Amino acid sequence: MADDSSFSSGARIPRVVIVDDHRLFRSGVRGELGDAVELVGEAGDVDSAVRVIGDVQPDLVLLDVHLPGGGGVEVLRRVLAQHPEIRFLALSVSDAAEDVIGVVRGGARGYVTKTISGKELTTAIVRVADGDAVFSPRLAGFVLDAFAATDAPPMDPELDRLTQREREVLRLIARGYAYKEVAKELFISVKTVETHVSSVLRKLQLSNRHELSRWATARKLV
Amino acid sequence: MTDTATETPRLYRGRDRLLSGVGSGLARHLGIDPVVTRLALLVLSITGIGIAVYLALTFFVPVEPETPPDAAPDAAADGTGARDARARKKGRDIGQLLAYLALAGGFAALFLLFGGIFDPFLWFIIFGTLGATILWQQANPALRDEWVSTTAFRNRKSWVRTGAGVLLVGTGVIGFLIFQQQLSEARAGLTFAFTMLSGIALIAAPWIVGLIRERDKERRERIRSQERAELAAHIHDSVLHTLTLIQRRSDDAREVQRLARVQERALRSWLYQRPADAETTITPGLERVAAEVEEAHAVPIEVVCVGDCPIDDGIRAALQAAREAMVNASKYSGEDSISVFGEVADDEVLIFVRDRGAGFDLAAVPDDRMGVRGSIIGRMERHGGSARIRTGPGDGTEVQLRMPRIKDAE
Repeated sequence: MADDSSFSSGARIPRVVIVDDHRLFRSGVRGELGDAVELVGEAGDVDSAVRVIGDVQPDLVLLDVHLPGGGGVEVLRRVLAQHPEIRFLALSVSDAAEDVIGVVRGGARGYVTKTISGKELTTAIVRVADGDAVFSPRLAGFVLDAFAATDAPPMDPELDRLTQREREVLRLIARGYAYKEVAKELFISVKTVETHVSSVLRKLQLSNRHELSRWATARKLV
Repeated sequence: MTDTATETPRLYRGRDRLLSGVGSGLARHLGIDPVVTRLALLVLSITGIGIAVYLALTFFVPVEPETPPDAAPDAAADGTGARDARARKKGRDIGQLLAYLALAGGFAALFLLFGGIFDPFLWFIIFGTLGATILWQQANPALRDEWVSTTAFRNRKSWVRTGAGVLLVGTGVIGFLIFQQQLSEARAGLTFAFTMLSGIALIAAPWIVGLIRERDKERRERIRSQERAELAAHIHDSVLHTLTLIQRRSDDAREVQRLARVQERALRSWLYQRPADAETTITPGLERVAAEVEEAHAVPIEVVCVGDCPIDDGIRAALQAAREAMVNASKYSGEDSISVFGEVADDEVLIFVRDRGAGFDLAAVPDDRMGVRGSIIGRMERHGGSARIRTGPGDGTEVQLRMPRIKDAE
């Protein structure tokens, strides 16, 4: 799960599987992605997704959050148990905190909404395939909200708190800044921005602070 | 129902048996409820004839051949078919067997107590009990779904049952009372009242239960159909309407996008209705402002908000300034998306409105242009806040609004 950018972007085209129960959406994505990625498989429900992913062993899976047969979280659980090296980028129309936090804690390395443009989606795919995390402004906002300072002492200060720098990075992402713009704003390199985001992702996935799940269920809305 | 003259089935011993299947076999042969044949056998047994008949039938009548489950309704043409099938699945029903044994025991006890079947008092008690039993069976939930599926008295069978029940209870009650009066004048009044009330309760109970059930069912049905109608109306008014508009304006990409966004927003807020009020707290307030600007200017605005707090005068001013900034970005940036980020910190509220569009030279804006200076900077400063604008030709624009929070006087 650590940062490994052993293969740099551009050197190799990521092999991608699309998992979404809407055929129309799958074909739309197929058209938008073009040559930037190599589509190696498609699936429309949990069982076929697990089978296809196991067969073709892609670099990355574009995963819909709402799927018949248990949802994206179920795909994550079953695939990651077998193939922890496969990366997931979640995408959904939902935007509900519960769904977003759910798939990210389930192991997805990023979350984007389906309204994302083809160009942005390609960038996000390459980034996640490279081992980095992709945070949409919405996800950054959720994380800031969920990790907001509470009176309760954190159980594990290393995991349950964001550093000042991570907070700054997230706030800029929430303001709509791209990684490059964040780097410029904070006078750090893009690589460092990516490191911060990955570290936030790790905390989000591993932290046990119960506020996180409670917050997500309490805030059911867009 | 029972009156359609289908071919009388051959007499077999039933598979859904309690003892040896004579009762259920007879019932199917005669096309009546097995309870009746079993009770008849039981009553006959008091005289001794029943036992002989039962044993004879047990020995001479073959057991019903195995039938595939889907052929069962043919074998039992009347309404008991479904129940027979159910009973067959379950096998022997110990509870029912126990009940019949208890009845037999009761009959035996009565017989011994009263010393002969010709004692009229015994027969009155038996009639009363039988009537009560039949009525009670109607109120038994497991059987009621067959007998009182819609109302207590819709089908003929239950009319007959109820009539018989009333007759039996009446006979029992009156006979009992006559004898009671002879035995003891003093208790008669009390007993009379009690017995009458019990009889009436027994007669009325299944009917009342049926009525209540029916009313509940109707109410549920009504609520459900109301919900459906509401949903249909909503879909019609919103989604269908928008889809029609989109088809008619399909040559205008911007308008199509605007319509789709407006509809999406409306549908979302309808699906995940947020309890918070746009008038009173900042997160829904900011979202509403963005929605209004987006509707007016057809540029998508993404709002992300962290934390929430009540709206006071300062924050209301900040929201208005943010609206102005969004309007400017929509009109002049030339960009097709705007990011809005609101953050409620402990001591201040921050709102950022950002686009990646053309940008402009702040210094070059003439002093008499009210937009930026008056509506944004001036308004924020009047309420004790501040506004900063970062822009430059080609760099996009970000309006940063900062408003201190006024702590409630404690």
